[in-house]
Amino acid sequence: MPMNAGEIERLIRESLPDATVRIEDLRGDGDHYAAHVVSAAFKGKTRVQQHQMVYQALKGRMGGELHALALQTSAPD
Amino acid sequence: MGNPVHERIKQDIGENDVVLYMKGTPVFPQCGFSAAVVGVLTHLGVKFKGINILEDPELRQGIKDFSNWPTIPQLYVKGEFVGGCDIVREMYQSGELAELLQTKGVAVKPAA
Repeated sequence: MPMNAGEIERLIRESLPDATVRIEDLRGDGDHYAAHVVSAAFKGKTRVQQHQMVYQALKGRMGGELHALALQTSAPD
Repeated sequence: MGNPVHERIKQDIGENDVVLYMKGTPVFPQCGFSAAVVGVLTHLGVKFKGINILEDPELRQGIKDFSNWPTIPQLYVKGEFVGGCDIVREMYQSGELAELLQTKGVAVKPAA
């Protein structure tokens, strides 16, 4: 079952309320997304930790119903 | 504790400088994301051990639990988890990956 972009954004913002989230549907198929997430919570964290935080927010959907989500994370300047 | 799959992972990432958990083999990757990381490592001239998780359902789940990372591929350098496809690509483009490998004593082909 593909996930819609709004649902991905909602889940991320539920865990990271300050986050700026931008989702792109890369192929228009509801299955391959790119997400750009900017949150102060990422400050001082490694990239691996930042991505883990987003995966946690997605509560196990990543790798399951969400097949492909290219992630780019950063802390605000 | 004593999880046999985790013990095997620890052994593999301990005995090999660079290990890529992937779908398919380095010669015949069976997923675009795995192929992308193989491409990066090949381009850097890095010798690595590819482990095909498609051949081993226990490992396929085990590596995800071990790294706390939900997707494949997963790259390990000197026993340390570096990241999945997005991170590897980003680090390659910024030059950080070559730097990390060199810092860890892994031979990298000099940039052309």
